[in-house]
Amino acid sequence: MAAEAEGGGRPRWWLRIPARLDRVGGTMGRQLRTRLRRGQLADEDLYEELFELLLASDCGVPMTEILVSRLRERAAKGRLRSADQLLAALKEEMLAQLGGPSRELSLSGSPCVWLVAGVNGSGKTTTIAKLARRLQAQGTKCLVAASDTFRAAAIDQLRRMVEPTGAELVAHQAGADPAAVVFDAIAAARARGRDVVLVDTAGRLHTKDNLMQELRKIRRVVSGQIPDQPAEALLVMDAYVGANAIAQARAFGEVVGATGLVLTKLDGSARGGYVFQVERELGLPVKLVGLGETVSDLEDFDPVAYVDRLLADDDPERPTI
Amino acid sequence: MFDTLTDRLAIAFKRFTSKGRLTPEDVDVGLREVRLALLEADVNYKVAREFIDRVRSRAVGTDVLESLTPGQQVIKIVFEELVTLLGGEDAGIAYTPEPPTTILLVGLQGSGKTTTAVKLALLVRREDHRPALVAADLRRAAAVDQLQTLAAENHLTVLVPDLADGISKGIGKAVAEARRQGADVVIVDTSGRQHLDAALMGELTDIRKEVKISQSLLVVDAMTGQEAVRVAEGFRDQVGVDGVVLTKLDGDARGGAALSMQAAIGLKVWYCGVGERPRDLEPFHPERMARRILGMGDVLTLIERTQDEFSTAEAISAQERMRQGRLTLDDFVSQLRQIRKLGPLESVMGMIPGGRELLKAQGAAIPDEAQLRKLEAIVLSMTPDERRRPELVDSSRRRRIASGSGTSPVEVSRLIKSFDRMQSVMKSLSGMGGRRRFAQEMLKGPGGGFPLLKG
Repeated sequence: MAAEAEGGGRPRWWLRIPARLDRVGGTMGRQLRTRLRRGQLADEDLYEELFELLLASDCGVPMTEILVSRLRERAAKGRLRSADQLLAALKEEMLAQLGGPSRELSLSGSPCVWLVAGVNGSGKTTTIAKLARRLQAQGTKCLVAASDTFRAAAIDQLRRMVEPTGAELVAHQAGADPAAVVFDAIAAARARGRDVVLVDTAGRLHTKDNLMQELRKIRRVVSGQIPDQPAEALLVMDAYVGANAIAQARAFGEVVGATGLVLTKLDGSARGGYVFQVERELGLPVKLVGLGETVSDLEDFDPVAYVDRLLADDDPERPTI
Repeated sequence: MFDTLTDRLAIAFKRFTSKGRLTPEDVDVGLREVRLALLEADVNYKVAREFIDRVRSRAVGTDVLESLTPGQQVIKIVFEELVTLLGGEDAGIAYTPEPPTTILLVGLQGSGKTTTAVKLALLVRREDHRPALVAADLRRAAAVDQLQTLAAENHLTVLVPDLADGISKGIGKAVAEARRQGADVVIVDTSGRQHLDAALMGELTDIRKEVKISQSLLVVDAMTGQEAVRVAEGFRDQVGVDGVVLTKLDGDARGGAALSMQAAIGLKVWYCGVGERPRDLEPFHPERMARRILGMGDVLTLIERTQDEFSTAEAISAQERMRQGRLTLDDFVSQLRQIRKLGPLESVMGMIPGGRELLKAQGAAIPDEAQLRKLEAIVLSMTPDERRRPELVDSSRRRRIASGSGTSPVEVSRLIKSFDRMQSVMKSLSGMGGRRRFAQEMLKGPGGGFPLLKG
């Protein structure tokens, strides 16, 4: 996929991240280019501005400090003589942060269980519907466990979104024990020969210990039923989140043993620059990106395309790096 | 809430207070830390830069550095500027003389509009008004159901617009109907979008044209990063926004958005969501929030919550003792028991000066139910005398208490020690006479009233 991105056939989602925003001064890529045309590469102010530009994309203070100091080192060795070299170096450093664990989604086990968790409002229910649609379209038979029994009308919302995908739904009453829903869902999947169980969970702030314990219990129920499951525990975070993303990823990582991230709402103005730190520090790979409100808007994450987009000039048809 | 920011600022401030004299360079080094602390809290980068510039020019430009306690003076400036940054005066719904006061709630998807609609209605009712809700989020699957369920649980009226005449006309009619049914405040929950898009803005502008909106409130998730300001700016420019409701502030989000709205785009935060329960929405008080961010505690809010939740007599005596710094371990236990009523523990403890320290001393940043029960067990294993005078507890009593409560003697003495410290902080803050008083407290010797700086 990376090779594909380097060539002409970029993943189509690349184009759907809007580059031209009504942001004053344009995108990060545009601002950086404007700045580079103006000043000297040895200029201390340049690095200060680079620092702020990276922060403005929510890369976070620690990651921004790493990236800027790497560029400084390169500059000190006289390796950055032009604006293009600086941009290419930045791209390289950014890509170096992304990597490690595989981005493949595991379908092993029968049934295979995917747990989906995240804070309130991050887009879990929508992501579940998108996953169901994608798997069903591949001929993988899905069953969705409606374990968000807390939020009013969450079960209704899930039912309306999942039904058109052809996936089955197992739901209890509102207020029921979410772990019991999972238990029944797994039993149902076995009885009816379903391949994948998608578990929707209630949104919860990662600081609420009792709610995190509940999530731990859900996971335990899954592993109790089928050893080696859940095959995936996906943490859903939207691109608008700031520095709090790290705390969220850490907490959910510990409690549900998250296997990857779904980065949602990437089709807007936010960039989710925190993924660099999440991948590097926590080793949690971004596996999927959510790019819109319709159920087909879910794609594999491609680091090269992502970084390109982050650093792109305003014109999406004219990738410059 | 804001805890991580508080911790970072405490480290930064230590740079100011660890030296008797400060050079302009020292100030720069310390302020650089303050800036990073703000940036890590998602404060808008421009706002952070300007904030530091203002503090620096005030700190270096006056005779601050020549004073006897330059470090404390700089911290005082930071506090004052923080209050200004947070919006200065309190703000909230202005009820119109001619009812109904119609409030439009706008925001991105997942920011918490629907929950906020219900919370706001309850807040309005606590202010002795008669609220009704209009469920105008007809887009998200089951959003109307969600609002109706939540509203029914809280005995609130919900009207669903009739779409026959188009959404904005439908909302207009629903508002009129709410008025006819006796509501004097109508809260309209609108549909969100994932982003600022033309369709959403068009819909909202239509609503504003068709319906007489008294105030429009933007709902923002406290965990939002640098985009918060841009999103708010978009809503402000295209739809018109009067104030901000900050949600999910009960997590460990550092709420930089709250710190940026006023400075960057002139929008004040009016209310903040501090828990999952429908009543967990509070007016936002800039000065109290600044205090809380700086680890000063927020006794005023705690007292108000206590008044809301406890019987009056109970509240007055607890409040009185709290003011006088004469809390006993019995009070401590009865408060522990009330704590679940008061709201999420971490937010409550953050309001007690030194409260966070007390919890940290127990070995965890955010205590869970089990730890609460443990603290309670320790106190309950003490005699009434010991609870009134913890200094009575010697090593043999300590062992007795430990075995009675299923804890260790170390945990017992840790609790007593922390309680002492909390007691003395409370005492030093008794009165809480506003900013001047605060400044005086702060200037009292190293650390002053800053419980965090005493370590």
